Amino acid sequence: MSLLEIEKLGVDIGGTPILKGIDLSIAAGEAVGLVGESGSGKSMTALTMMRLLPHLARTSGRVTFDGIDILSATEERMCALRGDDIGMVFQEPMTALNPVKTIGEQVAEGIRWHTGVGRAEAEDRARRILDRVGLPEAKFPLSRYPHELSGGQRQRVVIAIACALKPKLLIADEPTTALDVVLQKQILDLLRDLVQENRMGLLLISHDLAVVTDMSDRVTIMRHGEVMEEGETARTLSNQVHPYTRQLAEASMHVPARAKTHAFQGAAPLLEVNNVVRDYPGRRASLLRKGTPTRAVDDVSFTIHPGQSTALVGRSGCGKSTLARMILALDRPTAGSIRLTGEELTTKDEAALKPLRRNMQVVFQDPYGSFDPRHRVERLVAEPLHLLDRRIGAAERRDMVAAALHEVGLSSRDMDKYPHEFSGGQRQRISIARAIITRPKLVVADEPVSALDVSIRAQILDLFADLNQRLGVAYLFITHDLTVARAITDDVMVMHDGRIVERGRTGDVLDDPQSDAAKDLVAAAPDLHRAIARRLREQG
Amino acid sequence: MSDAAGATTETAASFVAKAFSSRSFVVGFAITSLIALMAIVSFFWVPYDVTVLPVADRMKPPSATHLLGTDHFGRDILSMIMVGSRNSIAVALVAVGIGMGLGVPLGCWAAARGGWVDEVLMRFNDLVFAFPALLSAIMITAIFGPGAINAIIAIGIFNVPVFARVARAGALALWPREFILAARAAGKGPALITLEHILPNIATALLVQGTIQFALGVLAEAGLSYVGLGAQPPMPSWGRMLFDAQTRMMVAPYLAIFPGMAIVATVLGLNLLGDGLSDVLDPKLRRQR
Repeated sequence: MSLLEIEKLGVDIGGTPILKGIDLSIAAGEAVGLVGESGSGKSMTALTMMRLLPHLARTSGRVTFDGIDILSATEERMCALRGDDIGMVFQEPMTALNPVKTIGEQVAEGIRWHTGVGRAEAEDRARRILDRVGLPEAKFPLSRYPHELSGGQRQRVVIAIACALKPKLLIADEPTTALDVVLQKQILDLLRDLVQENRMGLLLISHDLAVVTDMSDRVTIMRHGEVMEEGETARTLSNQVHPYTRQLAEASMHVPARAKTHAFQGAAPLLEVNNVVRDYPGRRASLLRKGTPTRAVDDVSFTIHPGQSTALVGRSGCGKSTLARMILALDRPTAGSIRLTGEELTTKDEAALKPLRRNMQVVFQDPYGSFDPRHRVERLVAEPLHLLDRRIGAAERRDMVAAALHEVGLSSRDMDKYPHEFSGGQRQRISIARAIITRPKLVVADEPVSALDVSIRAQILDLFADLNQRLGVAYLFITHDLTVARAITDDVMVMHDGRIVERGRTGDVLDDPQSDAAKDLVAAAPDLHRAIARRLREQG
Repeated sequence: MSDAAGATTETAASFVAKAFSSRSFVVGFAITSLIALMAIVSFFWVPYDVTVLPVADRMKPPSATHLLGTDHFGRDILSMIMVGSRNSIAVALVAVGIGMGLGVPLGCWAAARGGWVDEVLMRFNDLVFAFPALLSAIMITAIFGPGAINAIIAIGIFNVPVFARVARAGALALWPREFILAARAAGKGPALITLEHILPNIATALLVQGTIQFALGVLAEAGLSYVGLGAQPPMPSWGRMLFDAQTRMMVAPYLAIFPGMAIVATVLGLNLLGDGLSDVLDPKLRRQR
């Protein structure tokens, strides 16, 4: 008998159906992947298992966990199950921990609550599980607070809380989406080991097919609250019987068609970065002594030619975004020079920068945070027109915005809408429209697709490739995702601890990395082809 | 942050519909408009002229001819409350205006510049805050002499740091946001960004703070008048009426009850209005109900 059995599960909230006829089963010790794009109902399914659905949600069908009918169990019974027999790991380790409690307290809390053991013993068990997840007490005492830990370490604490009582089922809802690839691999390895050691059932929710293939025996693919396909992981993803499965698999390996890359040799460089250093003042050691400064960017030099698409890859916190800000003249380097079309950026004041800013624009990661929620699209997209020397009339402005929107595949009717009326992918298009309206020569894109679903991501990458071809825009693509770098860039620079440790043609560097940092990144990057091949090989 | 956007596109009609589904907004709005109406009507009509002193009618309890009774000079209490409301509202309104007019630019400037400008402005703010407001208002009126104008200035000055803090806190939270970075990449300077992006996004918080400071202004004015530093006789004012009633509490309690109720009603109404406004304008709170 299965550990968890979901039959014909339906959920609706306020009359809107959210889940329709979901069937899913997990055997003891089995790992099942739940895949789908945003809004497909993955997280809702997980919340139903814990019975943590929002108020007003109505359920139908049957959910049986270990012989208990979850949907009709008493709240008391559920409290006993949650955290004891079913553990949960959330996506955002920043918000899943209570900032005012120490990590020891937070791990021990669940142990004491469920087992009724005393404080000393609970702490002892907390110490052991924290040690198991890679936070040994010698380096990470129980008295640490969440803010004193990095993102990856925090996620380890969350895993420790979920696994402290050796639950029969562990639900991991996008456990690594907020982490960079190297951390992602470490966390996934840890999860896999813990699950195998204790013979836990694992439900891994993810939008990343490669991660799911790596981790799970069986996979369930969801869309719009329905199960599209279900089956043994490697076979399902390699046969791709269902059209939606094929669509997902293709989108996650999508490489935009790019004609022969431009020839850069001989042409004057567009952007020259020479020996750039950026220090941040450290915390004061005492009232009179200044703290030692932190070096975020350390002696970085490179050039970008017109039309060239360059990737800047590296782990989180390696200084990529700081470098991007200095190139955009939003921040000044401590030392070194940055030249755009031969003109120095670092010494000019805001007025003198104006003509230069016209040639460089930016696309940010978060399609939600990069627009003023109180302005309409017309005004948002037209914002960089401020950089033009002449004043622009209302009619001409509308024409230019319409042209830019058309360029990114949106309609000119969209300009009277507000940003919240658009989906994430559409917003990212608006963001690109804003970046190209002044016809810049360089666009700096800071993780522009990492917040998007795979199929949307493929479309946006196509758009970037297309604009590069048609308008000859040069890109500096900042990313930690090597698939993106491979898909869209000619050259790649690997950054580590503020330094550029390796550079070269994208294909060469990613296929045959030389530096340790690049090797780590390449080894950790999830790859669907390799993952499927490995699975099939294991099964013989 | 998609929910922050929700508030902006509402048409006026749907905003009104939403506002009137909030109980505290409705009650606060009703009380506040009643008092505003009273002040407006008093310009054209009052039951009795408050500048004549028909001493023969003095100390009459509430009756059909004098709805709320008369005071020790025979003046009609209802008329005095009506005329006094003008004074209260004018003082509080101008004081809030001074507070916003100076505080918001200072707060925005501090947030935009950061560094020592921020430090100096905010420490000065703390200094003003550190004085008990009413005591300092008494000090100012004691130096420059009592009167409505000096009361306004005194109350207004102590509104400045309140608005400066609210504006600075709101602006500081917005400055690192990506849409501000995008605006900077579009070459816009701090002043323009503050005008175009910061102010519209902190307007809600300022509006709510404004209604609360308004209520506090009414209270402060009553306090200053009570100790004789606000509006001077013969101009009627609520605080002054309370002071006059004090010695006659045992004989004629209605002399104190009605102006007291006027003050309580105004402050309560404005607080409810502020509370209701913050519910209505904050999309996150609204979604939860």
